[in-house]
Amino acid sequence: MNPTILLFTLLMLSAMGFYLGRQKSYAVGNKNGGVQHLHSRPTYYGSLTALWCAIPALIVFFFWLFFESSIITNLVISNLPDPIRELPPDRLNLVVNDIKNLVSGNIVSGKIDPGMKAAADHYQSLSTVSHASLSVIVIVIAIAGMMLVQRIISPDLRARNHVERVIQFILIACSTIAIFTTIGIVLSVLYEAIRFFKVIPLTEFVTGLDWSPQMAIRADQVGSSGAFGSVPVFMGTILISAIAMCVAVPIGLMSAIYLSEYAGREFRNVVKPLLEILAGIPTVVYGFFAALIVAPMIRDTGGVFGLDVSSESALAAGLVMGIMIIPFISSLSDDVINAVPMSLREGAYGLGSTKSETIRQVIIPAALPGIVGGVLLAVSRAIGETMIVVMAAGMAANLTVNPLNTVTTVTVQIVTLLVGDQEFDSPKTLAAFALGLMLFIVTLILNIIALVVVRKYREQYE
Amino acid sequence: MSDNLTSSIDRHSNTDIVQKGLSKRYNAERRFKFYGIAAICASLMFLGVLFISIASNGYGALFQTHILLSVSFDSDILGGEDLKRANYQGVIKNSLLKMFPEVKSRREKKSLYSLVSSGAAFKIRNILIENPDFVGQTMDVWVPADDDTDMLIKGYMKRDVPESERRLNNRQIEWIESLEKEGRVEKKFNLAFFTAGDSREPELAGIWGATCGSFFTMIITLFLSFPIGVASALYLEEFAPKNRWTDIIEVNINNLAAVPSIVFGLLGLAVFLNFFGMPRSAPLVGGLVLTLMTLPTIIIASRAALKSVPPSIREAALGVGASKMQTVIHHVLPLAMPGMLTGTIIGMAQALGETAPLLMIGMVAFIVDIPGGITDPSTVLPVQIFLWADSPERGFLERTSAAIMVLLTFLVLMNALAVMLRKKFEKRW
Repeated sequence: MNPTILLFTLLMLSAMGFYLGRQKSYAVGNKNGGVQHLHSRPTYYGSLTALWCAIPALIVFFFWLFFESSIITNLVISNLPDPIRELPPDRLNLVVNDIKNLVSGNIVSGKIDPGMKAAADHYQSLSTVSHASLSVIVIVIAIAGMMLVQRIISPDLRARNHVERVIQFILIACSTIAIFTTIGIVLSVLYEAIRFFKVIPLTEFVTGLDWSPQMAIRADQVGSSGAFGSVPVFMGTILISAIAMCVAVPIGLMSAIYLSEYAGREFRNVVKPLLEILAGIPTVVYGFFAALIVAPMIRDTGGVFGLDVSSESALAAGLVMGIMIIPFISSLSDDVINAVPMSLREGAYGLGSTKSETIRQVIIPAALPGIVGGVLLAVSRAIGETMIVVMAAGMAANLTVNPLNTVTTVTVQIVTLLVGDQEFDSPKTLAAFALGLMLFIVTLILNIIALVVVRKYREQYE
Repeated sequence: MSDNLTSSIDRHSNTDIVQKGLSKRYNAERRFKFYGIAAICASLMFLGVLFISIASNGYGALFQTHILLSVSFDSDILGGEDLKRANYQGVIKNSLLKMFPEVKSRREKKSLYSLVSSGAAFKIRNILIENPDFVGQTMDVWVPADDDTDMLIKGYMKRDVPESERRLNNRQIEWIESLEKEGRVEKKFNLAFFTAGDSREPELAGIWGATCGSFFTMIITLFLSFPIGVASALYLEEFAPKNRWTDIIEVNINNLAAVPSIVFGLLGLAVFLNFFGMPRSAPLVGGLVLTLMTLPTIIIASRAALKSVPPSIREAALGVGASKMQTVIHHVLPLAMPGMLTGTIIGMAQALGETAPLLMIGMVAFIVDIPGGITDPSTVLPVQIFLWADSPERGFLERTSAAIMVLLTFLVLMNALAVMLRKKFEKRW
């Protein structure tokens, strides 16, 4: 039985378990003078049966599937002829891949010899046996669980408490997934990054001024020893983010001020959702817009003034990234401006100040921590933004602060290093993880500072 | 007396000072207000330019130039009995040569053949396989034109520039013009764009493959992230004791919400592909990565929805003897559901537009086949847009914009649904 069908069977079985458990509890209840004499309502007895039917069987099912493939592969390898088994691990892997391809009917890289065919048949038969035994075991466990609960259903069985405990456990398990995600990110990125730093010293990575991550494929190749100094990459990231902030902060902040202090209700109701549309547009669309419309426009405009503008200028990417971040800044500043108490405004008006004076001298200073927090979050967003820079910024790592030049960013490098075929032992691929680690650390620090600042600020007025 | 005098002079001069400064201050006020309006206008202008440029580039892809060929299914040219492997390219070439008998040299023949898309052969192949008795007959068939022809007809290629600066030479333009005169060229609705998979030829490329990939990915994301997100929110909001452990979870979730999406791609590559050995380019892995990415959004929205349910509901349920779990599942959860669904839809819309993490797990491959399941190699709409945006052909520019329009339509629909849900079920307690 194939695993999907087995899963459905299990689902059906536990639905049946629910029904049987409920029936049984009615029967038991009626024997003891009515359902009200049971400890729990009949649904809970049904649920308990269903849970006992499904959970142990599911645990076995997933463990089996998890280990099945590696066990079968080892069995097949141990049956291969000796000359093949003594191959180095990577060659052996190729052979195993070929066998698996043969089994699933894909195109095989080499020619098919009878030994290979036999191994494939062996693999096939093993996996058939494994699936069959899995089906039997899972169904037996499910039915056993169902029978067990059926037998112990009695007026004293505290079914509701059992079911609730299981549900609570599931809720707790779900809420820890966030922690496991963070741990997973840190471990996976750190592990590969440490492997990278074993080859390239950390000092070279942090202080080197030259970035050209091409490694020689053959030892005798000329001029491609690779240079992993990340300074130009980080400078590029900072340059593009700075341009983005120069666009987004004034526009976003002024829009927020106008919307929350000047605009009438109707104007606000129309314009705010329109601004939020900007936030909902996928970044790949912004990237297309930057590469196809903004970049040529900037190049042509620069040409008119006799400037030599690169067609992948930092300015184009930064400008469009700024547009993307406008709604982010405006909605965050809108929140903090609205949180400033009315009494501060009224105090300023009472002293005779105009609206703009109130805003500039009372509201903005009062809201400043919140606004700074929002800007920090926006910076971390700009640093981590990928698609706009992949499509509109360049690959060449120039160490420059001229916005008309081509620069590259951390995210662009991660994408170029990891898209396509990879070998996980070359520094070229591992470098992407080192960059990813840096990216994660920097954005994490920015986020934590921003969250602390915003929280402090909120407490101030609550 | 003198005191009064000085104070009245003072008052007088104070008022003077205020009066003098007033017009300056009012000007400053006007300027400030103007900056506000200018900022809003600037952002709305960006929005407008973005939409207009994409729509004006993209609407052309809804139509595709077709050429009417009189195809004769000559069994000599088709060669052999097997209709599946017959020489359909030869049939197309033959019918083109019949229309322009003056073409003799190999080079001219080649440039004549290139007016018609290589997909034309597939079209007549399908016709013949459905109706095998057409062999030996001649019939008129509309076949798709090559993308260069298409661009010329749509007016993106200038006819009056020097020959070396355009992709079609003078002879080819003459042929197309004579075909136009005979009424054999027509723009028809581009159905292939909505039903085909990816292709190297712009005129044959479509978004159906990517749409299916997106659909499978979204299904996985929805089925994992909604239950898990709601369950975590329930635990954190309703059951969790306030202690260090839950504080850590909270800080974690807030941080994950702001981690760059590409880092989730790195996680997927290192954990799902390299450690667990899951298939590359599969919607299954894409869905898992997007689940981890959208979970924080859903959890935060669900917690807000739970917070907005008034405590009186909980107290009433507890008061009539419901257990804590019954209170939450029977009373609090249904009331918070609309808010949770809204948050989930918004999270899904984010996931649908996400590209970067999917590049990391190999969903960026060139895939022609329409994926049929969650483990088939596939790509998704935003990645398809990214791939097409990289192609140099003018025909792909048009199709990229059209694909963006389709993607934006989906996003608008999802967000409209979220707004509707919120409007319909929003309760003020």
